[in-house]
Amino acid sequence: MLENLKRLFSYFSVRSFLLLFTVVVAIYLIIIIANMGGYMDKIKESEIMEQVYNTVRGNPALQRLSPSELRAILDKQIEIAKRQAGLDKPFITRSLEYLIRGITLNFGRAEQMTSDSGSNQVRLILLERLPHTLLLWGTADLLVFFVSVFFALALSRRYGSFIDRLSVSLAPLSTPPVWFYGILLILLFASFLRLLPYGGFVDAPPPSTTLAYVLSVIKHMILPVLSVFIALIFSSLYSWRTFFLIYSSEDYVEMAKAKGLSSRAIERRYILRPTLPPIVTSFAMMMISLWMGGIVTETVFAWPGLGRLLYDAIQHVDTPVIVGSNVIYGYLLAITVLLLDFLYAALDPRVRLGGARRS
Amino acid sequence: MMGFWAVFAELRRHPSAMVGLVIIFLLLVMSIYAVIRIPYSEAVRLWRAGEVVWLENPRNAAPKWYNWFGAGLPETIKIETAAAERTEERVGESTKRVTYRLAFDFPYKRFPQELALFFTSTYTTVPPQLVLSWRTPDGREIPLGTRTVRGVERYVLSGDSTLLRRLGRAPEESLFSDPKNPEQALSGRYELVMDVYTFEPGASLSAKFIVYGRVYGWAGTDHLRRDLSIGLLWGAPIAVAFGFTAAVGIALIQFILSGIGAWFGGALDILIDRLTELRMILPLLPILILVGMLWSRSIWVILATLLMYGSIGGYKTYRAMFLQAREAPYIEAAKAYGAGNFRIVFRYLLPRLIPVLIPSFVLAIPDYVFLEASLAVLGIGDPILPTWGKIINDAYSMGAHFKGLYYWLLEPAALLMITGLGFAMIGFTLDRIFNPRLRSL
Repeated sequence: MLENLKRLFSYFSVRSFLLLFTVVVAIYLIIIIANMGGYMDKIKESEIMEQVYNTVRGNPALQRLSPSELRAILDKQIEIAKRQAGLDKPFITRSLEYLIRGITLNFGRAEQMTSDSGSNQVRLILLERLPHTLLLWGTADLLVFFVSVFFALALSRRYGSFIDRLSVSLAPLSTPPVWFYGILLILLFASFLRLLPYGGFVDAPPPSTTLAYVLSVIKHMILPVLSVFIALIFSSLYSWRTFFLIYSSEDYVEMAKAKGLSSRAIERRYILRPTLPPIVTSFAMMMISLWMGGIVTETVFAWPGLGRLLYDAIQHVDTPVIVGSNVIYGYLLAITVLLLDFLYAALDPRVRLGGARRS
Repeated sequence: MMGFWAVFAELRRHPSAMVGLVIIFLLLVMSIYAVIRIPYSEAVRLWRAGEVVWLENPRNAAPKWYNWFGAGLPETIKIETAAAERTEERVGESTKRVTYRLAFDFPYKRFPQELALFFTSTYTTVPPQLVLSWRTPDGREIPLGTRTVRGVERYVLSGDSTLLRRLGRAPEESLFSDPKNPEQALSGRYELVMDVYTFEPGASLSAKFIVYGRVYGWAGTDHLRRDLSIGLLWGAPIAVAFGFTAAVGIALIQFILSGIGAWFGGALDILIDRLTELRMILPLLPILILVGMLWSRSIWVILATLLMYGSIGGYKTYRAMFLQAREAPYIEAAKAYGAGNFRIVFRYLLPRLIPVLIPSFVLAIPDYVFLEASLAVLGIGDPILPTWGKIINDAYSMGAHFKGLYYWLLEPAALLMITGLGFAMIGFTLDRIFNPRLRSL
């Protein structure tokens, strides 16, 4: 057992290291794309200028000077500060510096946007939105995962029945993305039936008691979660049912049946267990596309998460926030991949015991 | 390997694939019709030229077929002085009075949306003057005031605050309202009487009176009075072209690169592993947004970015199959007669596995169609071309869902949905035909 854990740990650390390397490359690519038009330089330049202005304005000795003299001093100071910040260095050196800033999410100040607490630090704005995104998508992901596994197993049991054929023929309904169903659901439940809110996180003004607050958040989550559910359930049912069917036609399942094991035990030990790794992989791919789709879905539902933030940043043309959102999405995807890698390792005995066989 | 007809015969056994084929056929017909009927430059002009082109359309009008369901929405009525009853009278030395009776039938119970007059006058020094009055079907006469018309003018009666104050209610309502039931329009024959006074021998005035309705065309109009049918029609060729190019391009790039990777193997394998992971971590939509924001929103730039993104990774899909095919005897034979590496890859390895490519690329087409729509909904749509996604974006940002303008959202949404389903239905069936593992299931 301890041996296993150790192996798992070493596997995990090797994977984390490799992934970290990939994340660095990904962030570097994002920064290169962002800087093609010199935008990273511009962000930095405006930051320097603001700093210089503030120090010069705050200096009482300089306040008596005429505007033109002040201007000259400002220009000179900005020039010095720029050189100090390395804006005269070649792009390679600068890009590495931006990379470090990117990895630490240090994007300085937003141009126009502020966080709800009033700060204009890009990092704080991003981190403030993160929990909302995690709440919505975590809930939706888990719901889809468990419902799909449960029903896919049930469908594979009833292979060829009407309900099975129906669910297979409904699979194309998963083609439209989540936001598309979101709009349709908003039209139906908010505009037409007026049962649920159009969007947002809580009622305005927010309820004062905790219970009412939680209930209000849940009410606002129904439609987005439902649209995730509708958009994904048919394709995951279809493909996971197929996985189950493939694995339930294996010889060892026949053997187990011949031994007279109960169908429940067969399902749990001989079908569900070996099918889980491919299912987890397909779930990982689904989650990755969900993170992306979240941008439009949160926009449609006015859900104050990272996706909506990115949309708002586009509306305000707030470049530091846009670049920051890109990087944080890269991180989210990397964490998803790592988490599912870990799950995969824990589920798949070939990975878990791989080292043991070699030694 | 299956021939085209064998595949087609197989497809015919699946009703959903046939539905998909019919949908795609109709979509292609619609695209060809759109491109032939409204040439590209004309479509851009009709969609982007500004108010001048759309001025005579009602704003946010519902499609005409709303009336089939008993909505009873008035249509737009246009009457020109050239076609109206005309009486001329000389009242002074060089002063002339021409009276036009612009008569029209108004068979609706709902009020029109707006009233406007478009004038064109010619004169040298003294502009023509006119006295307007209104005659209702029950014989009442309502004076509407006088105007001087200099050159080309537009007079929006609905926006005239003096008229509004005098009538005590929006002109398009008060002029049409039934005295017995003020909330309803009185149907019947109305007349706008224009007494035009010209003070010079050559002076003249012509006018067009527009009673804006609440329905327009088969698709309705948007907040800018644009005819939605143009955007919806032109959305089809753009969606098909974009989805098809992106799907085929990316599938081909990945296919060829993974074939090469599988053939050469070795260090390339490790690189491919890393690249596949890199692509999983690179956030596609945010990157497209970044490109759209900082560089260009043109649909072609987005397409190029997509192709570049597609060529980074995604090789694993076809890898296993290539590794298997690599060991096939006919490859062995090719090696034996001394075929070069690239000859083997491009002549023997790739063609062999093309059937595997087809379902996945058919299934990818709607994904890219919806990706374009996603970008448009975020406000990063192409700045010139009309697309379905952009119509949804317009509708959503103008609050169509709050105002009950459902057609505005549902028409492009329905077209997107039907397109997506068409390709997906064929893709899923092809997948079952070409993928032997699924075939028995």
